Amino acid sequence: MREKSHLRKSLKKYKWLLLMTLPGIVYLFINNYIPMYGVILAFKNYNYVDGIWGSAWAGLDNFKFLFNSQDAYIITRNTFLYNVVFIVLNLVLSVLVALLINEIKDKVISRFYQSTFLLPHIISMVVVAYLVYSFLNVDSGLVNRLLIKWFGSEAVSWYAESKYWPYILVIVNAWKNVGYLSIIYFASIIGIDKEYYEAATIDGASKWKQMTRITIPLILPVITTMTLLAVSGILRSDFGLFYQVPMNTGALIPTTNTIDTFVYRAMIQSGDIGMSTAAGFYQSVVCFVLILVANTAVRKINKRDALF
Amino acid sequence: MVRELNLKKWIGPSLIHLFFWAFTIASLIPFILVFMVSISSEDSILQNGYSLFPSHISFAAYQFLFNDFSEIAKAYGVTILSTIIGTVVSLLITALFAYPLSRPDLPFRSTLSFYIFFTMLFGGGMVPWYITYVNMFDLKNTIFAMIIPNLLLSAFNVLLMRSFFASTIPESVVESATIDGAGELRIFFKIVLPLSLPIMATIGLFNTLAYWNDWYNCMLFIDKPELYNIQYLMTKTLTNIQYLLMKSNSSAQVGDLLAKMPRETVRMALAIVGIAPLLFAYPFFQKYYISGITSGAVKG
Repeated sequence: MREKSHLRKSLKKYKWLLLMTLPGIVYLFINNYIPMYGVILAFKNYNYVDGIWGSAWAGLDNFKFLFNSQDAYIITRNTFLYNVVFIVLNLVLSVLVALLINEIKDKVISRFYQSTFLLPHIISMVVVAYLVYSFLNVDSGLVNRLLIKWFGSEAVSWYAESKYWPYILVIVNAWKNVGYLSIIYFASIIGIDKEYYEAATIDGASKWKQMTRITIPLILPVITTMTLLAVSGILRSDFGLFYQVPMNTGALIPTTNTIDTFVYRAMIQSGDIGMSTAAGFYQSVVCFVLILVANTAVRKINKRDALF
Repeated sequence: MVRELNLKKWIGPSLIHLFFWAFTIASLIPFILVFMVSISSEDSILQNGYSLFPSHISFAAYQFLFNDFSEIAKAYGVTILSTIIGTVVSLLITALFAYPLSRPDLPFRSTLSFYIFFTMLFGGGMVPWYITYVNMFDLKNTIFAMIIPNLLLSAFNVLLMRSFFASTIPESVVESATIDGAGELRIFFKIVLPLSLPIMATIGLFNTLAYWNDWYNCMLFIDKPELYNIQYLMTKTLTNIQYLLMKSNSSAQVGDLLAKMPRETVRMALAIVGIAPLLFAYPFFQKYYISGITSGAVKG
């Protein structure tokens, strides 16, 4: 009883603060929570007339259909392998860049480098698709022209040969993201107490020793968190990278199709609501489990760096 | 011995600068290439292909675009409108959500935190999300489709703002304002927001970029060409240059225009027109943008 009146009192006192959160609550409910409920579509035979409620149940048919097709294997493999390569390559490159930026003592030039590395990150994937096209287009793209001019080889139809795309997409992804990631790592390097380095210099430690014995161990928590975050999203992909950059070309689908582009194509192009929801649900569940696993792993390593 | 040391001291830094110049060139060259193609003459492209050093400079592509600027102007209009409305509303509801969460005494604080945090862990996927906006809210072919879905509130931004409020707004200020009889809303708008301009600028910038660069919502929810935003117009034009001429209804006219159109260079000129505002604005906002990313990296 007393607790209840206490609650009422504090509700009254905090009425305005609680009301302030209302727009956000409503928005998240619509944008995030209703779609969570919508995953029951994966278990239904959806048709637009009957809607989510009225459509007949399909049991696990949508999942059976998905996993019996070749697609499930290919899109899972593509999404997974691309992400593994992205994680490793981006980590190595961006930490290297961050370590080297830290060696530049001139503030102005250091700012200049950071600003130009970040430029690829702020443009949209549509623009990236244009940039890639200007290099790879068959007739007049820069790469083909240089190939012909310097090596006398034949023009390559980049947009017709799926075998090149794993390399192209890895390069494009690194080009777009390494600058951004390196700034995150650089920020945590600046945060390191200068006294460590002063002491190390007095003890006669070389630059290399300082890097491997002080800098890297001290930024390891940030590296761990960022990597585990990336690992927990290992079945997600940047839709723009895999859809816009290959310009949605049919011939490239074997190496550019990921779960995200598959879901989109299944819904928009073939109208298969049930199966595309099933694929999205499969992705969400695996990612959710991976986040929990990753978080537990971080907690084991260092409790402070865990997400929750 | 002394000379050797000097050499060593000199080689290290210059190698680093060499590495960074290579990196800088790699970051910039695609932009330069697209720009150079856009100011090349169509004939020189047909002969020599795209080149960083065009043999013939011509502004025909831009002339072509500006002769019939209405399509681009419309797309720009849609982009600017949704960017302004989206950024303002987004900033407001993010701050309104984040500020109460930063108050340690708020009832249901942990419930509210979990409510927003859970959206980072699990999602229903794109299909139920799409159906929600198309069937339940009928956003298809409206400007709201480019403002509301996904872009309005990000859990990450709320958490970033919350830790800013928690660490920079002194509790004593809030307390003394309460004693003076100021209501919570008054405190928020008159005291908290003015003290929080750095985080507002940062999140505002993140939002502006997200809205300016968005093509996904437009692709999903819009099929009326007059509602295309600039990014989506660019997407369509990359795969099919005819999209630039959509407005001309008679097919004879389209055929005529297409025949006269400097195809390759016009494409790249459109890309330049599409990114120019961003590239011009970049020197002014990069400082805030970098410090924003940096503050996101340091866990608060």
